[in-house]
Amino acid sequence: MKNDEEIFEILKAKFGDSIIELNAKSPFEKVIVIAPLKIKEVSYFLRDDSELDFCSLVLLSGVDDANGEKVELEEGFKGIQGGTLSVYYHLESINQKQKATLKVSTSRENPEVESVSDVWRNADWHEREAFDMYGIKFLNHPDLRRILMPEDWEAGYPLRKDYRNPEFYQGMKVPY
Amino acid sequence: MGLLDKEFSDGNIVITKTDDLLNWARLSSLWQVGFGLACCAIEMMATSASHYDFDRFGVIPRNSPRQADVIIISGTVTLKMAQRIKRLYEQMPDPKYVISMGSCSNCGGPYWDHGYHVLKGIDRVIPVDVYVPGCPPRPEALLEGLLKLQEKIRNESTVKKSA
Repeated sequence: MKNDEEIFEILKAKFGDSIIELNAKSPFEKVIVIAPLKIKEVSYFLRDDSELDFCSLVLLSGVDDANGEKVELEEGFKGIQGGTLSVYYHLESINQKQKATLKVSTSRENPEVESVSDVWRNADWHEREAFDMYGIKFLNHPDLRRILMPEDWEAGYPLRKDYRNPEFYQGMKVPY
Repeated sequence: MGLLDKEFSDGNIVITKTDDLLNWARLSSLWQVGFGLACCAIEMMATSASHYDFDRFGVIPRNSPRQADVIIISGTVTLKMAQRIKRLYEQMPDPKYVISMGSCSNCGGPYWDHGYHVLKGIDRVIPVDVYVPGCPPRPEALLEGLLKLQEKIRNESTVKKSA
């Protein structure tokens, strides 16, 4: 059983600059921040290394950090420009009885993250959900389509902080 | 009242108006589309089960909309589902009736403001005959809704246009 610092040191020794930092500010779990285009490589190592042995991806979720600049795009509507969108990965090793939390941050304007659906098969649908809700593009994903919203939904990504619902969808009025 | 009030004393002849006969037949065997959406559907199933016994009013779930008279919209209607419900409704033969069950299908319910995916009331898509309030409504409330619908059908006419 390894704690977060030990896992971070192992990854840092192996991957160097791709491992950005260990964020210990969170009161619950320390987050290992990784470069968005290296996450697949790191994930393969986390899964296959006998000491780490992270066999299970418990959860993959997108987050809108909303840390960009608030810009008034129209009268009474503030959009967000710049800043980041993030993806969190919660891993668990059943054999080694240890957990880890990974995070990648990518730009809001062109959010691209390497897909880990080859590493853990269940990431497939989780990544589709993150794409559906935040518009994060997962590179080399086998089937990146919307999973919950209708396929012809054109109003954008509903869980982004600057999302606005459309007036109408397929002739149906949407607002109350 | 029922048809049997107008019976002659020997019991073999019943006289009535065509409207009354048709209405009596319609309201006594309202077959519903076997269709549930969310938590309201659990209450609807409880209403169908032996304790509340929907069947005593002639309500039987049919598995095809083409053989059904009434559709109970029992739960949250998402924008994605609304298109399917509209198609189900259009597949039902006339005369057809709609019971909107619960706050979500009445007006959007708890999703009225932040539900980006929820249709704020099924009456934006198909015409509703009876609204049953509640979140979810108790089986008694749904039964009352059905009795209201029966009352509505009882006053229908084949010649006069309904309002």
